[in-house]
Formats: sequence, C-alpha cells, structure tokens
Amino acid sequence: MNLRSFAAALAVTVALPLGAASAADLEVTHWWTSGGEAAAVAELAKAFDATGNHWVDGAIAGSGGTARPIMVSRITGGDPMAATQFNHGRQAEELVEAGLMRDLTDIATKEKWTEIIKPASLLDSCTIDGKIYCAPVNIHSWQWLWLSNAAFKQAGVDVPKNWDEFVAAAPALEKAGIVPLAVGGQPWQAAGAFDVLMVAIAGKDTFQKVFGDKDEEAAAGPEIAKVFKAADDARRMSKGTNVQDWNQATNMVITGKAGGQIMGDWAQGEFQLAGQKAGTDYTCLPGLGVNEVISTGGDAFYFPLLKDEEKSKAQEVLASTLLNPATQVAFNLKKGSLPVRGDVDLAAANDCMKKGLDILAKGNVIQGTDQLLSADSQKQKEDLFSEFFANPSMTPEDAQKRFADIIASAD
Amino acid sequence: MAGHTRGSGRPNQWLRNLNAKLASIPMILTAVVIFLGGTVWTVVYSFTNSKLLPRLSFVGLDQYERLWAAPRWLISVQNLVIYGFFSLIFSLVIGFLLAALMDQKIRFENTFRTIMLYPFALSFIVTGLVWQWLLNPEYGIQSVVRSLGWTSFAFDPLYNSNIVIYGILIAALWQGTGLVMCLMLAGLRGIDEDIWKAARVDGIPMWKTYLLVIIPMMRGVFITTLVIIASGIVKVYDLVVAQTSGGPGIASEVPAKYVYDYMFQAQNLGQGFAASTMMLVTVAIIIVPWAYLEFGGGRKRA
Amino acid sequence: MPEIVAFNAIAAGIEPEAEKDPVALSGPWGRKPRRALSPRNIIIYGTLIVVALYYLLPLYVMVMTSLKGMPEIRLGNIFAPPLEITFEPWAKAWSSACTGLNCDGLSRGFWNSVRITVPSTIVSIAIASVNGYALANWRFKGADLFFTILIVGAFIPYQVMIYPIVIVLRELGVYGSLTGLIIVHTIFGMPILTLLFRNYFAGLPEELFKAARVDGAGFWTIYFRIMLPMSMPIFVVAMILQVTGIWNDFLFGVVFTRPEYYPMTVQLNNIVNSVQGVKEYNVNMAATILTGAVPLIVYFVSGRLFVRGIAAGAVKG
Repeated sequence: MNLRSFAAALAVTVALPLGAASAADLEVTHWWTSGGEAAAVAELAKAFDATGNHWVDGAIAGSGGTARPIMVSRITGGDPMAATQFNHGRQAEELVEAGLMRDLTDIATKEKWTEIIKPASLLDSCTIDGKIYCAPVNIHSWQWLWLSNAAFKQAGVDVPKNWDEFVAAAPALEKAGIVPLAVGGQPWQAAGAFDVLMVAIAGKDTFQKVFGDKDEEAAAGPEIAKVFKAADDARRMSKGTNVQDWNQATNMVITGKAGGQIMGDWAQGEFQLAGQKAGTDYTCLPGLGVNEVISTGGDAFYFPLLKDEEKSKAQEVLASTLLNPATQVAFNLKKGSLPVRGDVDLAAANDCMKKGLDILAKGNVIQGTDQLLSADSQKQKEDLFSEFFANPSMTPEDAQKRFADIIASAD
Repeated sequence: MAGHTRGSGRPNQWLRNLNAKLASIPMILTAVVIFLGGTVWTVVYSFTNSKLLPRLSFVGLDQYERLWAAPRWLISVQNLVIYGFFSLIFSLVIGFLLAALMDQKIRFENTFRTIMLYPFALSFIVTGLVWQWLLNPEYGIQSVVRSLGWTSFAFDPLYNSNIVIYGILIAALWQGTGLVMCLMLAGLRGIDEDIWKAARVDGIPMWKTYLLVIIPMMRGVFITTLVIIASGIVKVYDLVVAQTSGGPGIASEVPAKYVYDYMFQAQNLGQGFAASTMMLVTVAIIIVPWAYLEFGGGRKRA
Repeated sequence: MPEIVAFNAIAAGIEPEAEKDPVALSGPWGRKPRRALSPRNIIIYGTLIVVALYYLLPLYVMVMTSLKGMPEIRLGNIFAPPLEITFEPWAKAWSSACTGLNCDGLSRGFWNSVRITVPSTIVSIAIASVNGYALANWRFKGADLFFTILIVGAFIPYQVMIYPIVIVLRELGVYGSLTGLIIVHTIFGMPILTLLFRNYFAGLPEELFKAARVDGAGFWTIYFRIMLPMSMPIFVVAMILQVTGIWNDFLFGVVFTRPEYYPMTVQLNNIVNSVQGVKEYNVNMAATILTGAVPLIVYFVSGRLFVRGIAAGAVKG
C-alpha cells in the first residue's frame, strides 16, 4: 500500500518535538463511541501510547445533552480530565474565559500550526484573544445530498444532478410510492438541512452575511426568501418520512424507500456498511450540486489546566500527536472525515470523499454554523426548523420573520 | 424552625425528642442545604445571562420575557397539562384496578406482578425506541392490522401533531402503572381481613366495599402514590426524548425537556433556570398549602 | 410486645387455609368452592392475560430483535421471529461492545454498578425510614416545614441541581469519590422514600406505639423491635424503587464520579446512544435487557418477601 509507506515516511521525517521525556497517564474524554468512531479513536490512542505516555479512555456517548454537561461538571468541579473533545466552535469559549483551559500557543508556534492547518478558519475557532486553546483534528461537512439510484430508476426518471432537477423529479417519485426527501424527526436534522439549502441557493456570501455578521436585514431579505421557498419544497417532499434518527432516514435512501437525504458526510459510513457503491448504487452531490461549497465544522481537543506538572507536559505531547501527519491520515480514514492538514494524502479515500478533498483544495469552504453561532442561537434555530418541517400550515414568510428575529438577537 | 422552641425557654423542651431530632439531621440538612439552597441558587441565576457557566451578571426579567415569548415553551406547558391530567387519572385507576385484581388470591401472582413491573426496570433509552417502532405506521401495529385486511385502519400517534402526546401517554402508562399497582397492592394487603368479613356479612357488594370502605382506608397510600406520579409527570423527559425528541416539530415538547435543552444543548443556563423556576413556582403553589394541611395540623399523634 | 404475638396468632388462626390453598379461597369473598372455569375466574384471568400481553409486547419485540442479525432487522418486520437465531448480539453486548477504546461490553461496569447500588440503597433506605418514623411518631416543632420542603424537592428536575451539587461536593471534598455518589443518591431518594415510610408508619396501629412507650421503650428500641419487623412490604417497595432508580441511574454516576467508578449504564448509554455511525439495534436490545436483569431479579425474589411480609403485616388494622 503506497499510503502506508507514505505515512511511515512522514512519521520518520516529522520527529516528535517533545519525545517521551516524561510519561504520564492522561484521561481523555470524548463522545466517539460508534464502531467507526471508536476505531478512529484507537488510532489516536495508539499514536499517543507510542510516545511512552498512556491514553486513558473516557468515552461518553451523546454529544450535546449528555456528554457536555458531564465534561463541564468535571472541569468546574475541580477534577478535570487531561483532554476533552468539543465541536470546535464556540462550545468551550466560557471555560477558556474562566481560566480553566490551557493555553497551547507555545506548542502551536513551535510546530507552526498556523501554516499547516488548512483551512485557517479551523485554528481561528480555537483562538481567543490571540491565544490558541484547542487542537482541531478533523473536518466534517454538512453540504451533501445523497440520492438512491434505485429509487429514481423505479420512478422512471434520471438521477438528478442538482437540487432543481431533484425537485422536478419529486412528483414522479411520489407516484411510485417513494418519499422524495427523507428528513428524520430530530430537530438538528431539519436545521442542518436548512443551512445546507442556504449555501446552495443563496451562496457563500449571503451565508456569511447572515450567520457570520448576523445581518438581520439580509436574513429578512429576498435571497433568504428564496431559501425559504426551497425549504418549503423540501418540506413538501419530506412528507411521510416517519423516522426519528438520521440513520433511519439514510436507511430509507439505501433501501430505495426515499429518493434522497440532505445529510453530512458521516452518512457515507451507512452506505458503505450496506455494501453500496458510490456512483452505481447511490450518488452524492456536494453543495446539492448547485454550489460546490463545503463547511468545515468538526472536532477539536481542549486541554484543561492541570496542577500536575508531568501531566501538563504530557498534554503538550498529546496536542502535537493529534496533529502529526501520520496520525491525521490514520484517524481520518477510519472516521470518514477530512484531515485538518493540507499536506497529507488520502489515497484510500472513496469517490465522495475525494470530491470533498477537491473542494477543500480549491478553497471553496465556509465556516460551520457551530463556529459562527452560539449554541443558544443554534438551538433556537433548531426549534424553528423542526416546527417548520413538521407543520405545513406555517408559511415560509412567517418562518422567515422568526428566523430574522433569531439572527437579530444572536451573539 | 426547631429554633422556635429555644425562645420559649424551658431547657427540657429542647431535649425533648432529642433522638428524633438527631435522627432527622440528614433530612433537615438535605431539605435546607440542597433543596432550599439549590432552589434559591437556581432562582437567583435565572435573573442572569449565564451561558455555559453560572455567572452573576444580572439582566432582570429578560430570561422570563424570552421564555414566555417562545412558542416552544407555550406548547410545552400545554402538553404538560394534557399529559399530566390523563396520566394521573389513568395511572391511579389502572393501577388500582390491577391491584384489586391481583388481590383476589390468584395463582401466579408473583409472575403477573413481575410482568407488570418489569417495564419500570428497563432503561427508556431503548424501550422508547421499541415504542417508536410499535407505533410506527409502516412497520408497527398499524401495518399488522392492515395486513389482516382492515386496510383503512390508521394508528400513527407519534407522527400526528394533534395526538402525539397521547402516543407518549401509551408508553408512559406501560412504564409506570406497574409501580402504582405495586404500591396499591401493598396498601390493600394492609387492610384487615375482618373488614371484608364484616362487609360480606352486611351484604355490601364488592365494588361498593372498595369504593366506600377500602379506598378511604388507603388514604396514606393514595397520597404517596399521588406524589410519586405527579413528580414523575412534572419531570417527564426521557420518555419524550426516546420516542419523539419532542416532535413532530415541537408538538410533543415538555417543560423539563425545555429546561435541559436550554441548559446543556443551548448552553444558556439563565434560560434553563428561568424555565425551571416557573415549574418550581407552580409546583410550590400547589404543594405547599396542601402539604401543610396534610402533614401539619397536628392530626397525628406526637 | 406480647399483644402483637397474640394478635398475630389470632390473625393467623382466622384463615389458615388461605395460605395453603389460594384457589379454594379466592379473595376475601370466598363464597363457595369454585370450579377452575367459573365465570369469575375467566374474567379475572382473562383480564390479567390481556393486560400481561400489553406489558409483554414490547419485551417480545426486544427479544426477537436481539436474536436477529442486522440484515434481517433491516428487512423491517419487527414482529417476525428470527429466521436464523443468533446469540451474538447478547455476547457482544455483555463482553465485546466497545465504549470508545474499551471493548469489554457491559461486563466492565457491572461490579461498579453493584458497588454503587448496594451501599446507596442501604444508606438511603436506612436514613429515609428513620426520617419517616420520626415524622410519623416523634413529631417535633418544625419537622413539617422541613418535610414540606422535601416534598417540593421531589418535583425538582435532577439536572437543574447538578451545578449546585457539584459545588457542595467540591466543598465537602468528596467530589469524584464513591462516597459523594452515595450521598447524592441518598439525597435524591429521600423525598419519596421519607413520604413512603412516614405514611406507612402513620397507618400502623397507635396502640402498639403507646404500649411500648408505657413500657419505657425509647426511640431506637421501638424502631428496631416494633416498627421494622412490621414493615416488610414497605421496605420491599422502597427497595424496588431504589434498586431500580440507582441501578438505572446514568447521569449522577458519570457526573459525580471518575471513570474507574462508572456504572454499567455508562456502557449502556455508549452502546445505544452513539450519535454517529451505525445503530446495532440487536445489540442495543440485548444490552437493555441485560442491564434490566438485575432489578428484574430483585423484583422477582423480593416478590416472595412481599407476600410473606404482608402475611406478617396482617396485624395492623
């Protein structure tokens, strides 16, 4: 495998700066617990253990509601773990401001993170008052439309190449008893789908204006009105989905019960597991085939301030291990996400992942909404869109008005 | 309030019941430090704009204004009222009827009781999923009935905004009635056999004996059960999360879920505390006068 | 004390056959010797069986699902028995499902759960029963106020209290320890348990208490020698409540301890609650049933105690 030799070569050339001078057990908490995720974490642990330290795993499933309060309690309770995962973005802002988290600027400068981490916005999200507080490890993008080739064949129409064709094909799908668009019942799925529609239809600049600058006028304006029109289409097309979990919705696409689904790149794992092949069994359209842009949300590790000096040293080793090219390749291949460094090669990636890498290389990226908005605004958005998608009597105009209100009060 | 006695002077007043007072120290500490202290703490922080961490930067009533303007909160309150009303009545009625049935000296009592109680033992994270499947129109009960030939049969409570809260009720009763039955059974078993004999001699029909004699005698058990059911209703959360995540849309949201979602997912502690304060105030308005009548008033021996 | 024994003997003497042959004397209404298929029996057992089916239907679906392979589950008929029975999901749930890097399934947390549940159940019931006893029989000024606060406390959603309790435990220096967790379980079990015991003790015949007082028995003597032996059914109910609640607790277990004490529910949560990736429904179902097994066994075994306790408790009027 040329990938492995390449990784090995990198591992040799990039010597670990701090080596195994001190050995310590570090407890690392995260919410990666499914099969693929756990395998990916194992790569991180293996790399860290190889430095002579020991990774003590503290996995707690269920990101938002479950794992985060536990992590926050541990940190504020005065019994912190040595490192913890958060979605990078604004989730840990306050812990940093309260002086509970460790400043990684020294090691970041030493290892030139600003040069190697691509896109630069990832590191920006870790930076508060000019200091770096987290190490990003991967990129997940939301902007994908997954289509079932079999469903379209059954309906007697060609597999669409973009959102408009998809909307046009919806009546044929419905006639064949197929739900055109699967949207699971959990609120975050509806909100996520809307964000994807926004980039695809209103474009990158409007997206940035609304979510980045919190421009209330733009949010109430005609560009976003178009997005709400599309969301109205999506709502009509999603009628009859009747499932909760995103992967149940993905399963509808896999089995041809649904025409398509708007979901992040993690949906790919489901297709792979069902033995389906990109191109022949399913089709992936980044940016809904309209506007090939992907968002660069993802995960990052934060390091609470520890009293134990040995452990503090080991934290630095861990931070540098996470960004090591060999670790990045091994981890992201298992995780199905994209690496945070532009200088590693993912030869083993599949077609859809390669499309993503191309877009990344071209720099057609936006920041994820987790990075741009506070969790509070995100939650309000979820409430709005889950109501919108479930309630046909809510007009797009009303929804837009409420949307603009949320943007106006966002911080 | 034990301090009151100090003022009244007599030293033996203090020492009277000393053992009982000593034994009650854990309870007093819990009541004052944790429940009262925690509540005051929560109320204070509900007037702040605390986000991820509690911070004392006051914003007046902002959190409450936002709360009562949120459509989701209004629907949550409405759902709780409907759910609470039916859940309370059905739990009590079904629980009591089952207990009365079980009290007929039947065979396999232990088996039946365990069957009715087992849902209580299972984590709702997964049993919620099973109910999701059972109530799913495509592969649950509806599809089975339809495949039997009754093609117009419709039963999709979890996917219909108007009745979704009743869908949740079905699973809630499944989970909770076993415990109510158990409590009622313990109460029934405490009734003297002689009462039954007397009723039989007087020729009072069985249902009348239950209604007029037995139930009044089980007052204590009913009160305990009522508090257990009611506190479960106010705190209902897992059930909703596991079955609908509050959906379709926001049609099955409940207040406790609003509190947790805003505290932990939205990282807006202030908003979550404001919502929980509203819940607590409502509970306290109902409970405190009632509890005083019930537990105060020197009705009991001293 | 002597009266109790005498009363007991009388109670036992009234209907000795009730213990021996429950069918011959069904109910307090044992009118005539009854055939097994009397209309009354048909109604009673018919109703019980229908009710039992309602309770068992979800369990049936869970067991069936747990015995299927994933491809078969994807076919989607939840009621169909497995075409090919596999016990792999059970084995996996118990011993090889991964939570992060630790791939030893539920077995990893089993002993921790035992270590948490046993002391927490005992401590919380011991304290609450004494509280209930003091409230019912030795009321002192102000007791009602504390009790009312406690009852209102039963309505506070647990999650709201997490941060204040973190602060309290941190100040006590027991944050992250098993002791801290036991304290938390005792605190949150207290309102309902105290109420349960208070109402039960208040319902016991007053004469017993008075007679003992006249004999010069004190607080603890009466508790241990009179109240405790007469209260088996309520202790069983309390045990059911606590064992279930503590065994199934997830939140307190992770928030207030460190990973070496994590209970089994942490693994259960990790198995069933993964945010991304494939959901293995069969393993989820098996894991849930396995986790619920301990409370279930407690219910079944204590059921016998329940009955016996009631026979002994027949003294109270």
